[in-house]
Amino acid sequence: MRKWFKDGNPWIWMTGGAVALSLVMVYAVVWMTAAQGLVHWWPKPVAETTFTERDGKNIRLIGEVRKREEVSVIRLRESGYTLDTQDKFTHRYLIKQGNRDITGIDFKWYPGPLLGEFTYPQNLIAVERREWGHLYGHLKAVKENGTVVAEGEAAWPALQERLARSNALFKEILRIEKKDIGKVNYAMERLRLKERKLALQNKLSAADSTEFAQQREQLAGEFSVLQERIEKLRGEIARDSLVAEVMEGQQVDVPLAKIADAIMPNDMSVLQKTSHYLTKFVEFIFDDPREANTEGGIFPAIFGTVLMVLLMAVMVTPLGIMAAIYMREYAKPGPLIRIIRISVNNLAGVPSIVYGVFGLGFFVYFLGHNIDQLFYAESLPAPVFGSPGILWASLTLAILTLPVVIVATEEGLSRVPSTIREGSLALGATKAETLWRTVLPIASPAMMTGLILAVARAAGEVAPLMLVGVVKLAPSLPLDGNFPFLHLERKFMHLGFHIYDVGFQSPNVEAARPLVYATALLLVIIIVVLNLFAIRLRNRMRERMKGLEGV
Amino acid sequence: MNANPEKTHTMQIGDLGRAPMAPTEDYVLKVDNLKLFYGEAKALNGINMLIPRNRVTAFIGPSGCGKSTLLRCFNRMNDLVDICRIDGKILFDSKNIYDNDVNVALLRRRVGMVFQKPNPFPKSIYENVAYGLRIMGVNDKAELDVAVEKSLRAAALWNEVKDRLQESGMSLSGGQQQRLVIARAIALQPEVLLLDEPASALDPIATSKIEDLVDELKGEYTIIIVTHNMQQAARVSDYTAFMYMGDLIEFGATDDLFINPKETRTNDYITGRFG
Repeated sequence: MRKWFKDGNPWIWMTGGAVALSLVMVYAVVWMTAAQGLVHWWPKPVAETTFTERDGKNIRLIGEVRKREEVSVIRLRESGYTLDTQDKFTHRYLIKQGNRDITGIDFKWYPGPLLGEFTYPQNLIAVERREWGHLYGHLKAVKENGTVVAEGEAAWPALQERLARSNALFKEILRIEKKDIGKVNYAMERLRLKERKLALQNKLSAADSTEFAQQREQLAGEFSVLQERIEKLRGEIARDSLVAEVMEGQQVDVPLAKIADAIMPNDMSVLQKTSHYLTKFVEFIFDDPREANTEGGIFPAIFGTVLMVLLMAVMVTPLGIMAAIYMREYAKPGPLIRIIRISVNNLAGVPSIVYGVFGLGFFVYFLGHNIDQLFYAESLPAPVFGSPGILWASLTLAILTLPVVIVATEEGLSRVPSTIREGSLALGATKAETLWRTVLPIASPAMMTGLILAVARAAGEVAPLMLVGVVKLAPSLPLDGNFPFLHLERKFMHLGFHIYDVGFQSPNVEAARPLVYATALLLVIIIVVLNLFAIRLRNRMRERMKGLEGV
Repeated sequence: MNANPEKTHTMQIGDLGRAPMAPTEDYVLKVDNLKLFYGEAKALNGINMLIPRNRVTAFIGPSGCGKSTLLRCFNRMNDLVDICRIDGKILFDSKNIYDNDVNVALLRRRVGMVFQKPNPFPKSIYENVAYGLRIMGVNDKAELDVAVEKSLRAAALWNEVKDRLQESGMSLSGGQQQRLVIARAIALQPEVLLLDEPASALDPIATSKIEDLVDELKGEYTIIIVTHNMQQAARVSDYTAFMYMGDLIEFGATDDLFINPKETRTNDYITGRFG
């Protein structure tokens, strides 16, 4: 035993164990988020059963069985259930019964012994509505303008056909609302600001006024045309509805306009389920969120995260590199530069929320407010840059990650061999030429390392963003088709904040939980993709420096 | 050059150990009472010497004698050392290179330097040779092509690399790298070429190639070579200076110095009694 200790084996085992543990943890994170999040869109069978209530009445239950767990019989008895058993423990089921508008509860626990047999009737449909979550029930009929056009067996094909039509109409309405009307509104607002600006400068002549009025009238005309079209489409989309018999036995009329998707999960082949799954997954990535973020997609959050990180990178890289160049190449080494270096290093350890507070106080309130006073007087009192937005969020993160870039760049510059510098100087290059042509290219992989670290840190940061620009739901993306295309003053959505919002601020936590994991997985994937991209770039740079030691 | 008043004076000086060159020889650099300090420490104690034009001059001496320091004075590479202070003059074309109005970058173009360890840039072979020219503002492709080929030929490297000019200069062997660096220096057509122990990091074959190259280049360039290796000095140089503890002990035609040294310290060193 002593010999075993002496020959160093325990040391190898200990260090190897640490590596193994780290690996396990990394894979556990990815595996858990993937396992919990990715099953969300797989169609689950809808069960039908009976349940004996506390008062002995038998009711029908329809829903997805989500969970099964052990529970003590005493506890169930205490809560009023009559259980005919000698066992100490029994089990209960968590059933997603949907129909939130009718029953009021989406998810509910039911004691197992009080449930009847589970059956899975083929004609049970699971309807994903645009509001109120899911609806489960037996499909009875499809109506057009209130009269039944298909019943029984024929109802399902008819429903699918009409659903495709109504969804196409819905998309059209959404497009007009968001794009066309958005454009008109935007033009309207710009017109108002232009007029107000002239008025503030006392340059608004009568001729201008009439011209503005004319333009406004024209825009209003466009608007009413669009409005008319929407009304017409709304009329068309309201044509069809379906009739379903829900859990309690009542027949419910659901207009197809309010339905996003309907499936018959008990009657789907694996292939159909897979295709449904993929459709939903794509929707998740490319659609806007619905229902307080608990349904629909997260595209705005993905977009916001990536755009913010890119803006941050664009701001922090030149600033950090220039600071590092000054400190390493030009500043005279001495106590002052040492103090500066220590301060910069310590900045990396400041809690991120502190940067958030700084960003809010300095960028938003001070800088933004003054920018508004100087350049956007016409839109006051509504702030433009004087309120949180993507520019300030990126800038705050740029400051947050600045030390990382500076330290990495300095490191890279200090590793450039002095023989190379001398070689360049001996050829008649000035110091600046040597820097530009030789030293900086050699140090560029180190700069990329700094950028990689900065991106990894910035993409995962949430706390400061909540103060300087992230919102639960942004009405429009910071990048769109309206001039000047990139709207730096706009608020934006962010995956990290989205996770927090969906997980903790959602009205329907149980339904949103898989989305928390799915969003987390996506965030991880995005950070990995951004990093891999940067690492590839760095490797390509390194390839060119091959043979140079220490770079 | 005849109009140079310094020349007539220095032609006859006998105070440099021995008269270093025949009266017909022309010189390119004149070192006039050069003292160099690293902080408080004196590294060169008043050096006086003339460097003959288009000849090879070798500096020999034990480690720390100041031969490399003196070499680096000729293109002001010592400027890079913060604590270094220089007193005295080095006249290049009768102009003191330590005057305040001297453009150091321009000086270094005229006085090229090759270092002990090959230091090609992490760029292609072509770009390595074109580096100095590009800095001078030459960007014409045809002009660069001609200059690169000419320099590589002069450095006896052309045949080995002509098919892979776009490959990294770092991919060459040590000896090739050193010749690449020499090609890089002569691409600028300098008047003087300073070689700081150019073969000390190379194997014997690569070393002999470098020596052959020095022999070929001396027709066009004034070459000053610092070496640890006395055989090398004897083989390649026309004149040899022996330095010791920051002093120039003896300076003369190589054959004379090695066969018939005037100073006992020179004799001790070249016969291997110390150093």
